Amino acid sequence: MTEDNFNTMRKMLVVPFLLFALAATAGAQSGSPLLLNAAGATFPYPIYSKWFDVYHTAHPNVQINYQSIGSGGGIRQLLAGTVDFGASDGPMTDDQLAQSKVKILHFPTVLGADVPSYNISGVTGELNFTQKALSGIYLGTITKWNDPEIAKANPGVNLPGEDIVVVHRSDGSGTTYIWTDFLSKASDDWKNKVGKGTSVNWPVGLGGKGNEGVSGLVKQTPNSIGYIELIYAVQNNIPYGKVQNADGKFVKADLAGVTAAAGSLKDMPEDFRVSITNAPGAKSYPISSFTWLLIPAQISDAAKRDAIKDFLKWMLADGQKFNEGLSYAQLPKTVIGKESKAISLIQ
Amino acid sequence: MSTSATTMDRAAPRRFDGGGPRAFLHRLGHGDEVAHVLTLTFAAGILLLTSGLVYELWVNSHLSRAKFGWLFFWTRTWDPIFDNFGAAPFIYGTLVTSIVSLVIAVPLGLAAAIFLSELAPRRMSDTISFLIDLLAAVPSVIYGLLGIFIVVPLMRTTVGPILIGSLGHVPVLGKFFKGPNYGVGFLTAGVVLAIMVVPFIISVSREVLLTVPREQREAALALGATRWEATWKVVVPWARTGILGSVFLALARALGETMAVTMVIGNDPKIAASLFAPGYTIAAVIANEFTEATGDLYLSALIELGLVLFLMTFILNGLARLLIVATERGGGHPS
Repeated sequence: MTEDNFNTMRKMLVVPFLLFALAATAGAQSGSPLLLNAAGATFPYPIYSKWFDVYHTAHPNVQINYQSIGSGGGIRQLLAGTVDFGASDGPMTDDQLAQSKVKILHFPTVLGADVPSYNISGVTGELNFTQKALSGIYLGTITKWNDPEIAKANPGVNLPGEDIVVVHRSDGSGTTYIWTDFLSKASDDWKNKVGKGTSVNWPVGLGGKGNEGVSGLVKQTPNSIGYIELIYAVQNNIPYGKVQNADGKFVKADLAGVTAAAGSLKDMPEDFRVSITNAPGAKSYPISSFTWLLIPAQISDAAKRDAIKDFLKWMLADGQKFNEGLSYAQLPKTVIGKESKAISLIQ
Repeated sequence: MSTSATTMDRAAPRRFDGGGPRAFLHRLGHGDEVAHVLTLTFAAGILLLTSGLVYELWVNSHLSRAKFGWLFFWTRTWDPIFDNFGAAPFIYGTLVTSIVSLVIAVPLGLAAAIFLSELAPRRMSDTISFLIDLLAAVPSVIYGLLGIFIVVPLMRTTVGPILIGSLGHVPVLGKFFKGPNYGVGFLTAGVVLAIMVVPFIISVSREVLLTVPREQREAALALGATRWEATWKVVVPWARTGILGSVFLALARALGETMAVTMVIGNDPKIAASLFAPGYTIAAVIANEFTEATGDLYLSALIELGLVLFLMTFILNGLARLLIVATERGGGHPS
């Protein structure tokens, strides 16, 4: 229909074939390794591809092919049974789980976080954002930069009386899921009118495609604000503001703060489908989330089952060491312990 | 689609004119029958492909069609969380950006084509045409980058304020040129699209103008016409079917463009009269949201958008053919 849809479709079709062909050739040389197919979220793709690569080097008999086609695609392919496991930035809903023939387990792998970046004429310092300020700005109820809600958290900063240009992601994304999940907790109005998801009906604002699209718009447009992934901000040296957490403290996002938020959860549910936005604790950064691998609880092929279980064990121990190098926050120890026990549920 | 139909209409009688197995073998020996069957197969393949595409879109949009019915065309909301979907802002955005692009690209492209075919020295004309054909092959994401780095800032700091300051005060017309001006929006998307489609218009129109017989020009000149009169009153009308064809090729590209548009339109599904307001197009929203669309109804609504785009293309192409027929009847066309 259009060039890009066509390209996307072609990628979806061609890439697996190529990978399969490559894997098949490699297999012929090293005595046919076990091939595992997985698909899903794009946000953790850099760390997943690193893990699968390192794991394959250590275990030449197992090859994991991961297609980063998006969380929605990953869930659909898992439900259709065309992949061995999936990956998603948001946990599967009860409806989706009900559609599956087998029980599906969630395994948190790494943590991601969103940060507010902004471009205000005459303001160079780091701004503090209260939860009310962020939800008000994105709801369109706070429209000027010198609004009292913003000003009271930033004494001494000379905020201009200009209109706020709001920027959000236009493509469906786990980043948007985290952001809207946070806004839903920060404001009842947001929860009831907009809700949380990978794409939502934005009350105000311009849409940019990808982190690069949002940060590009923010950089170009005076008096704008947009949310981007922490990783993207760190790797590209984009300044961002502090956000008020559940304890009322203003926290600047970093990997330790994200891990702290995940570790502060007192009652982690058995299925790991939990939101950690607005987590308690003075050090917890409030806009962060797990990303999950989605694994069927029953795998009939014994070789595949053992390979997946072994990979999960490796991921929780050795795999986590690669996280910070790629700017992903590590899982807290409590979660790792709990997940290690959950691996035995795969049968 | 219609190309294949014509091929078959013309080819069908040939099949029965010879008759008999011997005649068939004779033609087979000469390759005629082989060529006939092969071309028919390929032509039928196009038909099959098109109907297969429509069928897939129709079947997979079932959920959305059942829930929203005709309301889908009028609803202005696009809410994946509360499962309420309407195509109106996307249809509007697709039409507006395409129209803006044609308003800019048609005069520009036609003028360039006239210069290249009628006025420029042949060697210069060939060189420039070669470069223009290269432009047509540039990937759309490159045009999108061009839009982000050049057109958007220019629109925000220079062109936008000038247009809003001058045309913004004119009654009626002023509605289309109102702030706020973010740099991204319908007009920017239209400008980038115009840059993308202008090579098609120039390239095809120039070829068509070059096929106008020399005698036509000479006859006009002999009757005392100036060079411009000969060009505008004789050569261009002679070639207008082909020129219209180039315009519709450009329109088709503008309607379906995704990447370049989504980078500069602002991606906000709203209907606003001002050309400086951010908007959204059908192709852009499908590309943006398809991968992460988790709900069944959500996915179905996106596929129905695809169906709507197909329908729009179909209707516009139909109108295009009617227009061509009408101009041919209008007289002046050689046959």
